[in-house]
Amino acid sequence: MNTRALPLYATIAIFLVAYLICWIQFPAMLSTRVIGNLLTDNAYLGIVAVGMTVVIISGGIDLSVGSVIAFSGVFISVVLRDTSLHPLVVFPLLLAVTTLFGAAMGGLIHGLGMPPFIVTLAGMFLARGAAYMLTIDSVPIDHEFYDTLRRLYWLMPGKGRLTLLGIVMLLSVVVGMILAHRTRFGTSVFALGGGAHTARLMGVAVGRTTVLIYAFSGFMAGLAGIVFSIYTASGYPLATVGVELNAIAAVVIGGTLLTGGSGWVVGTLIGVLTMGLIQTYIVFDGSLSSWWTKIAIGALLLMFILLQKGLLALGRQQFAGTAQT
Amino acid sequence: MLLSIRGLTKSFPGTRALDGVSFDLRAGEIHALLGENGAGKSTLIKCLTGVYERDAGEILLDGRPVAPQSTHDAQTLGIGTVYQEVNLLPNLSVAENLTFGRQPSRAGLVQTRKMRAQAEEMLSGYGLDHVNVAQSLGAYSVAVQQIVAIARAVALSGKVLILDEPTASLDSAETEMLFSVVRDLRERGLGIIFVSHFLDQVFSLTDRLTVLRNGQHIVTAETAEVSRLDLIHHMLGHELEEAEHRRHATKTAQQSVLTFDGTGRRGKIAPFDLTVSRGEVIGMAGLLGSGRTETADMLFGRTPPDSGKAHDDDGPVSLRNPREAIAAGFGYAPEDRKTDGIIGELSVRENIALALQARRGWWRPLPRAEQRELAERYIERLDIRTSGAEKPVGELSGGNQQKVVLARWLAMNPRFLILDEPTRGIDVGAHAEILRLIGEVVESGMSILLISSELDELVAASDRIIVVRDREHVAELVGEDIETDAIVRAIAASDAPAAAPAAEVAR
Amino acid sequence: MSAGIRRILPQLLTLLAVVALITAFFPSFLSVEMVDGRLVGSAIDVLKRGAPVALLAVGMTLVIATGGIDLSVGAVMAICGAAGAWAISNDYPLVAALLIALAAGLACGLWNGVLVALVGIQPIVATLILMVAGRGIAQMITEGRILTFSHDGFAFFGSGTIFGVPTPVILWLAVGILFTLLVRRTALGLLIESVGINRRASALSGVNATVLLVFVYMASGICAAVAGIVATADIRGADANNAGLWLELDAILAVVIGGTSLLGGRFSIIASLIGAMIIQAIDTGILLAGFPSEYNLVIKAGLVVIILVLQSPRLSPRISAALSRRRKEPAPAGSATEARE
Repeated sequence: MNTRALPLYATIAIFLVAYLICWIQFPAMLSTRVIGNLLTDNAYLGIVAVGMTVVIISGGIDLSVGSVIAFSGVFISVVLRDTSLHPLVVFPLLLAVTTLFGAAMGGLIHGLGMPPFIVTLAGMFLARGAAYMLTIDSVPIDHEFYDTLRRLYWLMPGKGRLTLLGIVMLLSVVVGMILAHRTRFGTSVFALGGGAHTARLMGVAVGRTTVLIYAFSGFMAGLAGIVFSIYTASGYPLATVGVELNAIAAVVIGGTLLTGGSGWVVGTLIGVLTMGLIQTYIVFDGSLSSWWTKIAIGALLLMFILLQKGLLALGRQQFAGTAQT
Repeated sequence: MLLSIRGLTKSFPGTRALDGVSFDLRAGEIHALLGENGAGKSTLIKCLTGVYERDAGEILLDGRPVAPQSTHDAQTLGIGTVYQEVNLLPNLSVAENLTFGRQPSRAGLVQTRKMRAQAEEMLSGYGLDHVNVAQSLGAYSVAVQQIVAIARAVALSGKVLILDEPTASLDSAETEMLFSVVRDLRERGLGIIFVSHFLDQVFSLTDRLTVLRNGQHIVTAETAEVSRLDLIHHMLGHELEEAEHRRHATKTAQQSVLTFDGTGRRGKIAPFDLTVSRGEVIGMAGLLGSGRTETADMLFGRTPPDSGKAHDDDGPVSLRNPREAIAAGFGYAPEDRKTDGIIGELSVRENIALALQARRGWWRPLPRAEQRELAERYIERLDIRTSGAEKPVGELSGGNQQKVVLARWLAMNPRFLILDEPTRGIDVGAHAEILRLIGEVVESGMSILLISSELDELVAASDRIIVVRDREHVAELVGEDIETDAIVRAIAASDAPAAAPAAEVAR
Repeated sequence: MSAGIRRILPQLLTLLAVVALITAFFPSFLSVEMVDGRLVGSAIDVLKRGAPVALLAVGMTLVIATGGIDLSVGAVMAICGAAGAWAISNDYPLVAALLIALAAGLACGLWNGVLVALVGIQPIVATLILMVAGRGIAQMITEGRILTFSHDGFAFFGSGTIFGVPTPVILWLAVGILFTLLVRRTALGLLIESVGINRRASALSGVNATVLLVFVYMASGICAAVAGIVATADIRGADANNAGLWLELDAILAVVIGGTSLLGGRFSIIASLIGAMIIQAIDTGILLAGFPSEYNLVIKAGLVVIILVLQSPRLSPRISAALSRRRKEPAPAGSATEARE
């Protein structure tokens, strides 16, 4: 068995065990209704985490996504308020903006040779500031097309609703999986995460790949922004503060190595669902306080980081062993 | 002639790494490229593979001049390289590594099955039938990774294959596996440049060999016509046959300051006994990778010994980490001064004061005036060429950086100073000064372990010489026996089955 | 001394330029009055409101000098503020409440330091854990409420004055001077820089890198604790959700503006403090100009990009080469980046 896949198995096992515990305590939690809500409530997070997964596999990080989601919501609501454009026109426009924004950050990261952390930090300020410049208030979205979108769902057996938002997230995960694991671009992403120097020696176009990676993350953040605007039916520049942290946490809990080179998009979905599950559990329990969510997520993070550290050390030991004997 | 190099020259600030070197490679031959660290091997290879741009000279491939600008460029021209550190990605699958950049795809999707089939085809003929190409490369041994790297290089390039220390981390069975692959490739008409410091492998595998030393071409010959002894002579060099020995009349009844009993570390260096006397220079000779640096790293607690013990007159000495070694009065100027020696952005003054300061503890700072005085003193005593004590040490030349590292340790006034290749890559003047300095400090009672691949230097400076081979201390030369020929013989005495183990080293 | 001034000159000039620009539009910016025994004015306001970031920047400077980063300081602020507020509202004496807050900061720093130095986790990853979990811990202490208190002694650290000067200003100046003296009057500064530049070579010279790393994260923790006390005392209440929110980013920015490289090495606490004041002055200036305060995010982003370009390892050699009109030979193999491993 490949020990590299161990974090993914651990992710799946933890999710199943957690769900089992929840189910034993609250049998109602095993219903399509809860599952449907889990998917809907976390749709925007799941989408943005797919982009983050690709960024992190490449050895980078994207701190701007939370701000980009907020910007997207504000952009859509303000454009819909002030113009007569149809949402279906606004959406591509927005996606083009956020994708270009991501590409520009990727270009800066490669061109300046600076750490992604600080470049995307600037991006975070910029996107949030741009949102503020559009409006400082919460702008409701009052468009019949939005009502239509919000009413779209598939009634699962057991009366659970698989909403459009949930479907979009699941589709994003599938697209992310194909992109990361089945395309040349995906292989280049993994190669970058394995070591930029070696990747260059093997013929990866490092600059182009970096730009594409952050452009993809920008696109996903824009998509998450659309989904979030449908979810809340408004745009608010103070929304989704700190979502980048949740996304990073979901990616790590999903078994992706935060230092890059190894990871699974499907694991990220499970990471998002695990975090959602904790919240759902706390809601069901009623007596537990919300802060336990954060502490539990922190503990899970620590566990996965230590697990991967241990696996790396183990691998190195095996490696040293084969080298010597 | 498949590949011809004429008058290749490449300089770095302060050193001339290659000086008019010529080299020929025929199709269907395995050609060994030999030399100690700093001889110019890796610079030659880097010029060949487009990592460095050459200053002068020409490279002809199939009779046509080429000028590779990048590794990728060199690959497409037909020059592929496999390094000691496998330059593939362990986190990708074997198949992905083999087909990288040329994965079969349709509609943008990689056709995994086809890719794996291609990979298996590329690997056929390399004896790797047990390898699952879908598995990640990192799951396999270094030997398999090396062969995968070779398969990729051959598939991409197909004319010249450079193997840079490919066997350094392989065991003998794995090495044999690799060699049969390399011999097959020779039959297929590739020209193969084989870089290794294992002489046995050179003799068993290669057709011709070329020796470089100090950036110069020394000799090219049919491997079968060169004796092991001559080869080591060529590599280590000893033109100054009558090098002046410092004082070979070994001072008797020396008072010993340190004793190591059965000190060793598994996988690094076999246990050995060593007694260090006051004011003596112990030379250490051996080829690259023989256990010289490993001995130094161990004695200084960097990779602490896992057997044996050390003691001085006052009792046992603990060497679990460098700080303990320093507390015991040790000093160590390591071989790679860029990564292990200097703190590049700190000034000359701070670099010199660093070890002293670390020993005093952070709460007892060395007053600025004292630091400056210290720096000025050593700048003058060691003739460190710098515009001032406040200049960042990274901006000095190699020789002066080395002097700064030496100054750092001399300022500590250690009783036992380990110098690993203190004169490598520095100019002749600085070289002589460092040797003079060694003579000077031992007069004051300091003991020195001098590791060097320059035999003249060892002969000139040492009171006795320990020879290491295959990670073992195999011989000790004292008094009249200290001469270059004797050292070369001791190094060359291969396969002398445990004839001269630790017993001979012990006194 | 002249070298010291030369080191902080760019930051000083930037601050002066920012102040001059603001004063040009609002001549009252620099005017300071004495009202009810306390100094009042926009400039004083800048000094006071910049206190939390300035305090965080002190510890962050040391962490960044070792090549690390501490993402958790905002959360640690919240924890320490909550701990102090909890103690004071449970009628602990003032000194005990302060000590509890400081101890909480030290404990958080120790946790980060152990993860980085002993377990060997990358700093950005290691401190992320406390960044995520820390706010939960703070909320646990305040039980999810804004824990208010009425204790004039504690509130003094946020809104009091000493000789007319707001206490937070005295505090950040004192902490800044204290740490500057601590690292520059001892050998700590030299040893931290040496570990940040080349940990391998430092260890071989006998520098105890492990202890130094734990120390810098603990220093960062205690600075965050003081910042947490100031923030809590200022509003007479501990807000676990918002205390110190995103201030880690401002603190990192202040250090970067202060000219300390994110890759580690040479550092200047004073330059970081000036950096913090530059950020706050821009903030206040935008407010005075009547722009919504949110505009400063865009300006901050622009500032970051300018600094990035100036510090860029790819561009700066070309820029400096163009300036000095002499090209340096590229270093042979084994460059500084390898040495940092």
